[in-house]
Amino acid sequence: MLAKRIIPCLDVKDGRVVKGIQFVGLRDAGDPVEQARRYSDGGADEITFLDITASSDGRRSIFDVVERTAREVAVPLTVGGGVRTVADVRDMLSAGADKVAINSAAIANPELIAEASAAYGAQAIVVAVDAKKVGAHYEVFTHGGRRATGLHVIPWTQKMASLGAGELLLTSMDRDGTRDGFELALTRAVSDAVEVPVIASGGVGSPAHILAGFREGRASAALAASIFHDGDHSIADVKDFLSRHGVRVRPAERSSGQGVPPDE
Amino acid sequence: MTKGAPRVTIVDLGLGNLTSVARAVTRADGEPLISSDPEVVLRSDRVIVPGQGAFHAIASAVSTPLGDAIKESIGSGAPFLGICLGMQALFRRSEESEGDGLGLFAGDVKRFDTPRGEGGEPLKVPHMGWNQVRGSSLTEDGAWYYFVHSYVCVPEDPRDVAGTADYGGAFCAAVARDNVYACQFHPEKSHRAGEALIRRFLFRDPPFT
Repeated sequence: MLAKRIIPCLDVKDGRVVKGIQFVGLRDAGDPVEQARRYSDGGADEITFLDITASSDGRRSIFDVVERTAREVAVPLTVGGGVRTVADVRDMLSAGADKVAINSAAIANPELIAEASAAYGAQAIVVAVDAKKVGAHYEVFTHGGRRATGLHVIPWTQKMASLGAGELLLTSMDRDGTRDGFELALTRAVSDAVEVPVIASGGVGSPAHILAGFREGRASAALAASIFHDGDHSIADVKDFLSRHGVRVRPAERSSGQGVPPDE
Repeated sequence: MTKGAPRVTIVDLGLGNLTSVARAVTRADGEPLISSDPEVVLRSDRVIVPGQGAFHAIASAVSTPLGDAIKESIGSGAPFLGICLGMQALFRRSEESEGDGLGLFAGDVKRFDTPRGEGGEPLKVPHMGWNQVRGSSLTEDGAWYYFVHSYVCVPEDPRDVAGTADYGGAFCAAVARDNVYACQFHPEKSHRAGEALIRRFLFRDPPFT
């Protein structure tokens, strides 16, 4: 049966990791490639880079990072941040990303999702949705949760899925950075409302939060940053925890099942 | 060139990004050549056909001299590996769209039909993520591979099935017959398990038994 996915997220600025792992023995802790390799060897099911480079001059740096990562890392790679046009999607995929996450550009121009999906396949298009609770419902926000769009999350995510998003990366801006756990009601409402997989994000502080995201939130995947970067929990620890609680996960490397024939 | 390194061609049918497969071949110590030239395909020791996108696109791409070269290469006994849409192209037709595949395997390609989990809950389509492959000649039993697809091959002859995975019931994850091998999953994205599979395809003769 399909495993629930664990996805570490690395913030990259001007080609360097700004929030990353505190692993001992990393040759270059600021190198996204080194960190991505360490995570994939440690059992990460996918890797996500969020490019937070502000200057347009620095924007080329992410392509070099993606290219080098794709050469060395053999798990799916998603890249988000600053993707505005179909040409941006093309460039990111050519550099070696498997999926491109699109956030505010989808709000400015929803047809971008349809065009990118038609051109490169739904499997390559992730729509990132930043949600905040407003009164009794959830609304879509941009600019790190500062700007309201007036869009309600459920119809918005349904629209994105029908236009061709292959997956939704759903972040609770109320929980992001709090380590208080996912906004489970939000995760569940969106998971139940769309046919495509939902990646839960925002608020993970413990393995139990990830378990709740799968069980109560019904997410297909969990994205987390600081819990892994700070070295509090390895991906293998989290997967062991989930496995002990009956969640199907792909075991981290130290277990068997890696497909190497016995005679090799 | 490494002694004994086979000439492996990754066939460019104009369907998506082939560089991830090329990189995976390189990581497995192979020397990949990406080409859309039928002559190059015919001169290759081994041929890989990846593909992502819609069935009609690959159907029209193989109804060309390049498709004939693929068939001729297979007929000459060169090991062949189809990946994802490159597996579906070996079948006759797909529910997804119009067009004829190569028809090397009897059967059609069908959409996941409202799959349900163990508790009866509806499962997401596409089937996206890591799943275990069982009973496969291509890999160790229970090895984990990365999948992303909404359609599955349904071979008429059960002897063609070379591995299954479970998503609301067993489905065909790989096929094999003679020198033709194909998988629905993506070995190029499947970490060590995928690298082991590609290495075997490149360097063993026959690759899988």
